[in-house]
Amino acid sequence: MARIIVVTSGKGGVGKTTTSAAIAMGLAKKGHKTAVIDFDVGLRNLDLILGCERRVVYDFVNVINDEATLNQALIKDKRCDKLFVLPASQTRDKDALTVEGVGKVLNELKKTFKYIVCDSPAGIERGAHLAMYFADDAFVVTNPEVSSVRDSDRMLGILSSKSQRAEKAETPIKEYLLLTRYNPARVKLGEMLSVDDVQDILSLHLLGVIPESQAVLNASNSGTPVILDDASDAGQAYADIVDRYLGEDTPHRFIDEEKKGLFGRLFRS
Amino acid sequence: MSLLNYFKRTKPNTARLAKERLQILVAHERSARNQPSYLPELQKELMAVIKKYVQVNQDDISINYESDDDQETLELNIVLPEHD
Ligand SMILES: Nc1ncnc2c1ncn2[C@@H]1O[C@H](COP(=O)(O)OP(=O)(O)O)[C@@H](O)[C@H]1O
Ligand SMILES: [Mg+2]
Repeated sequence: MARIIVVTSGKGGVGKTTTSAAIAMGLAKKGHKTAVIDFDVGLRNLDLILGCERRVVYDFVNVINDEATLNQALIKDKRCDKLFVLPASQTRDKDALTVEGVGKVLNELKKTFKYIVCDSPAGIERGAHLAMYFADDAFVVTNPEVSSVRDSDRMLGILSSKSQRAEKAETPIKEYLLLTRYNPARVKLGEMLSVDDVQDILSLHLLGVIPESQAVLNASNSGTPVILDDASDAGQAYADIVDRYLGEDTPHRFIDEEKKGLFGRLFRS
Repeated sequence: MSLLNYFKRTKPNTARLAKERLQILVAHERSARNQPSYLPELQKELMAVIKKYVQVNQDDISINYESDDDQETLELNIVLPEHD
């Protein structure tokens, strides 16, 4: 059975696209045929993060409007043949996505893919609504910061009332917390909400913590999902998340400040 | 300030403040979104009925909806004007 994962948050700039690219690549590298869809109509970016921006010919809206077939629009990743990308349209028409159209494309993808990752745009408008509407699982990407936590909670309200599963009174969408851009040193100083603080407020199943990391910018500069940088903290954190999602019991990392040696401790500011 | 206090002085813990504010806000927003959608309309109509009999302001009427696992309660509170 195929599973549809929405990567969502409400707030913009928290790491949804970074996360979508990383986990889609992670699932594909584990051998699962995975499609990742950019729902950010008008602001296509996932292609850039995945490094396939020059190979975009057709997009999501072309497929919905029958101007291209799904096979024509899907871009096969050059590094992993199990990963396919469906880019967003650059149209300014905000009504280009429809429930019927999105449903049709997802149903077709479900026939041959194991995981379908939907990269949601920010906000709670049409694009964000459609990205989560058909989801089975939701990865709620949250930064340890007041407005992000609040928006995540609003998104939880929407997931539990406005999704297809909610409307049909089926088993609710499974919600997972991904706490990203986490800085353990600042948490220790009392300057940043801790994992426990955020959990006390949102009480979600914690899939993992992604540290604030230089590796993310380097990865996006080169169009490589950060999960492929397996020496980096963020890359490892995303790999752990994929393992946990697939049912492995991987202990959490990157929550506490890395232990520095005596030298580091003496000179810590 | 003693020297000891000087060294012990820490920056205010803003994370704690953030958490407290969020807990209050999120609890409030969650209860608001779980309210039945007819609530504002009900409030308006009740107001109209009550005004037929007593002179009250909008602020004098409050409707509180609460739900937990086994029951839902609707609490109506009307502050009647004082007698002259
Ligand atoms: N863990 C992280 N560490 C450092 N920077 C990050 C991290 N995650 C995301 N970013 C940066 O934050 C910005 C927004 O990320 P993006 O994934 O585009 O967010 P969204 O899709 O939610 O708008 C980008 O510049 C990205 O490089
Ligand atoms: Mg994005």
